[in-house]
Amino acid sequence: MTESSKPPKFVGAALAVTVWALGIGIVVLGAQKYLPPVASAHGVGIDAMLEYLLVATGGLVIIGHLVLGYFVWRTSRSSAVSPTVPGARAQKVWSVGPAVAMTLIAEGGVLVLGIPVFNQLYLQEPPADAVVIEIMAEQFTWNVRYPGPDGEFGRTDPTLISTENGIGLDMEDPAASDDIRELALFTVPVDRAVRIKLRSKDVLHSFYLPNHRIKQDAVPGMTIDVWFTPTREGEFELACAELCGFGHYQMRGFMSVVSSEAYEAWLTERGH
Amino acid sequence: MASDLALPDTEPLTFLGMSWRKVMMWIFIVTDGLLFAGFLASYGFARAAATTWPDQNEVFHLWFISLMTFVLISSSATMATAVAAAKRSDRQTVSKMLAATFVGGVLFLGMQAFEWSTLFAEGVTLVSNPWNVPAFGNYFFTITGFHGTHVLSGVVILGIVLARTRRGTATMEGVELAGLYWHFVDLVWVFVFTLFYLV
Amino acid sequence: MSSGSESEIADDASVAAESHHELSFLRKYVFSMDHKVIGIQFYLTAAVMGLLGAALAGLIRIQLTWPTTPLPLLEKIFPVAYAGGFMSPEFYTSLVTMHGTIMIFFFVSLGLVSGFGNYLIPLMVGARDMAFPVLNMLSYWTIVPAILVAASSFFVEGGAAASGWTAYPPLSAVPSASPGSGTGQTLWLIAVALFIVSFTMGGLNYVTTIFNLRAKGMKLMRMPLTIWSLLIASIIGLLAFPPLTAAAVLLLLDRHMGTSFYLPEGLYIAGELLPNGGGSPLLWQHLFWFLGHPEVYVLILPALGITFDVLVTFARRPAFGYRITVWCLVAIAGLSMVVWGHHMFASGMNPLVGEFFSIGTLLITIPSTVIGVNMIASLWGGKLRLTSAALFAIGTICFFGVGGFGGLFLGNAAADIQLHDTAFVVGHFHFMIGGVTFLALLSGSYYWFPKMFGRMLNETLGKLHFWLTVVPFYGIFGTMHFYGMAGAPRRYYNLTQYGFLDSVNTWMPLVTTLFAVAMMVGQAFFLVNLAKTLMAKKNAPDNPWGATTLEWVASSPPPHGNWGPDAPVVHRGPYEYGNPDSEEDCVHQTVPAEQVPAHS
Repeated sequence: MTESSKPPKFVGAALAVTVWALGIGIVVLGAQKYLPPVASAHGVGIDAMLEYLLVATGGLVIIGHLVLGYFVWRTSRSSAVSPTVPGARAQKVWSVGPAVAMTLIAEGGVLVLGIPVFNQLYLQEPPADAVVIEIMAEQFTWNVRYPGPDGEFGRTDPTLISTENGIGLDMEDPAASDDIRELALFTVPVDRAVRIKLRSKDVLHSFYLPNHRIKQDAVPGMTIDVWFTPTREGEFELACAELCGFGHYQMRGFMSVVSSEAYEAWLTERGH
Repeated sequence: MASDLALPDTEPLTFLGMSWRKVMMWIFIVTDGLLFAGFLASYGFARAAATTWPDQNEVFHLWFISLMTFVLISSSATMATAVAAAKRSDRQTVSKMLAATFVGGVLFLGMQAFEWSTLFAEGVTLVSNPWNVPAFGNYFFTITGFHGTHVLSGVVILGIVLARTRRGTATMEGVELAGLYWHFVDLVWVFVFTLFYLV
Repeated sequence: MSSGSESEIADDASVAAESHHELSFLRKYVFSMDHKVIGIQFYLTAAVMGLLGAALAGLIRIQLTWPTTPLPLLEKIFPVAYAGGFMSPEFYTSLVTMHGTIMIFFFVSLGLVSGFGNYLIPLMVGARDMAFPVLNMLSYWTIVPAILVAASSFFVEGGAAASGWTAYPPLSAVPSASPGSGTGQTLWLIAVALFIVSFTMGGLNYVTTIFNLRAKGMKLMRMPLTIWSLLIASIIGLLAFPPLTAAAVLLLLDRHMGTSFYLPEGLYIAGELLPNGGGSPLLWQHLFWFLGHPEVYVLILPALGITFDVLVTFARRPAFGYRITVWCLVAIAGLSMVVWGHHMFASGMNPLVGEFFSIGTLLITIPSTVIGVNMIASLWGGKLRLTSAALFAIGTICFFGVGGFGGLFLGNAAADIQLHDTAFVVGHFHFMIGGVTFLALLSGSYYWFPKMFGRMLNETLGKLHFWLTVVPFYGIFGTMHFYGMAGAPRRYYNLTQYGFLDSVNTWMPLVTTLFAVAMMVGQAFFLVNLAKTLMAKKNAPDNPWGATTLEWVASSPPPHGNWGPDAPVVHRGPYEYGNPDSEEDCVHQTVPAEQVPAHS
């Protein structure tokens, strides 16, 4: 070992302090309330999952940084290497221990908190009185369609698509005449399930309602059901969450959650 | 004859009894196999999702394909004989068997080309077919095409090893490695044959 | 007579060393078949590509921080991309695509696996060169056209590929879906295909050399962790890349031959109803991520191995839990091949499949945590010397912790609903494959620079480099986690249009960029250090750090053939620090057992 490669001792102290500061800093900053205010029923469950993870990983990150910083502090100041080397038993204990801990924390979290919420969202059928809306994503907007008073969506055919007829609605189909059409905007009643039939006209998009903890890719060739129950009135933003071309950032939409009376009024007015 | 063919390949180390060349060939074969696995898995994915698929009996001439398969499998048998002969330094047999394998490979390629041209004549192309299931042609021609290029490369390798055997510069291991590749190509065909023609 | 066996390489070595068989400049430095030259070629190429990738990132940061400020200077430099003084949205999507592609394949993989792998594997296992030197030379000369093709894609009509490094169809499959989906996307596919060919050629050599060309006495469980990690990474890389090759072939056919592997019926793009039908965009995602997920472990495993080797040298302690770590590396690699669906929770695939992938993914935290604990525990009882290499190794542990624990959020299918495709993902993977791997590259650079180039990098510049890398990195990518938690989607040209981001847009983008500037300044110290040191005289001793592994027996740098006339013989494990039967604080791997009894 050459003399020139021996650094001064304060580097060790500075490193230890930095590691502690970085670990505590990132967790303290990470614990702030960044999530958009939740506005859906299942969203509460997702937030509980996120809370758990913030606490668990925050704790793990802090512990890890504190321990590492402490080890750096100790060993950078020590005058000699310890004469004893950890034996096989110590190595096993310190492997099995963390392994068991991580199993409980990571898998426990997902099995106890995560899977039930996931099942509620994906495997449960929406209530029969859910408001059904079809949303067909395209480059770069959202085509919204309600079935209208007859409760049926009119037939669409891609060969009928044109600039005037963005979704290719077949006006010959009697069910199509009362379909209510919107662009990048839809209205729903509060506290009632909303069922979105998600489609895409061209490339992959993703239907993302930040406040409602909803995100579902819109895949051309598939009609994917996603449902949720909005629990707060207000105007909420919709964004695209799958790169779909140069206008990916521009696919801003709005979901308007209103009282059920206001919704019925709107529906009557639009449904004539 | 013993000395001029079987130059025993001595290596300082073997891994699981194999020289580095053999290890490398095995790894290469595994990666190439996974390439075909990727194609075949995609084919499976598409076929599982398809609502309709052409009936094999309508599309293919199964007797002809069976003959092709027989030719390829026989060529694997001649190849195995060549490898065994190489191990006992029997240059004459190695030469004859490599030649037979080579012929089998060329024959298979010719038959595959004939099969393709028949399909084209019947309106079955890469992108369209009379049953209106584009995925069928997409997968069939892509996968048999890839397999065909592997058979072609195998034929080229066989040609080189055969020439070397005739000249007396081939090694036993070289013959064995060519054999490994050829058996691999044959094995892939078994999967392709089963998944396209039988299932 | 077949070439490449050990005895023939030894003959070549002694022959080449004699002046009556001098190799031409081209054969010695350009088309060299010496693994050390090839390793340095890869390493330096990776460094250049890293700078290019960083420059692209700089442009991304400028756009995200000042989206409404006209930039006439940039318009002068890039008249097409900045027409009118503002970056075009098309260029932005090409930027994020090429930044990711270049950094993953042509910087991290090239530097860690191809660069350090080529350089270190024969040296650390005691071989004279790789098993198949010609193939090795070809693996480098396949990368050069790959890079040229990728770079040229910026200059074709429509610009570089713009569908993300993930290249999801239909966006990537239909040329009219986006300007970058024209020629740029085809060139991207060709560049990636060439990369895969290069990687395969390299991987064949790495694995075979480790299996077959180890020195006498170098049992598998006496190999340093750098070699174990490179071995396992190469194996999963070799297994995982072929399905991506298959996927790329199918994508090229969809793009140019009218097939419909990924294209369903009824696509209406750029005013035209496409004739395709019968395909599925999800097929690409499955094939891509089958490679994509193991790929990140191909990148991170060598980083973990290198960190161990550096730490034990500077702590003067054996690696804690060496065997357990080996098994954990194997476990991580094995698990990594069956969890690809955690990238697809929102994709529309069957939710039950999603649950399976989630549970499987979280299992990976277990061996990963054990490795992290083993790294930290390796310090215990040691006398830590904080050279630049050691500083970066400590930094690697920090990044591994933050990145790893952040992964708990994303592997959890329920939490991922909110975080998928947000800046949280970007923060997470940058800690892992832009942090852990980057720091390990740097740690390894400071550590092995004397061996590779015969000179010692300046320690003062190295420390400045360290502080100005690690601290800003937390600032940049920690903030990105918070930005994602606030809901910010990724790959957005402009995030100021969304009201739900108003409160965080006041500070997060700017803070991120300021830290990024600091980090770029830090890298400048490294570049200056590299240049200065390479121009100085060769003065490095064989074993400046007092390490125990085989590469330190060879001279700095080693000659062609590595060892002179006598190949090393190994008598003990790689980390015999604190052997009670020895006066020294460590016993080198080549010290015979008769001299000092082996304890590993």
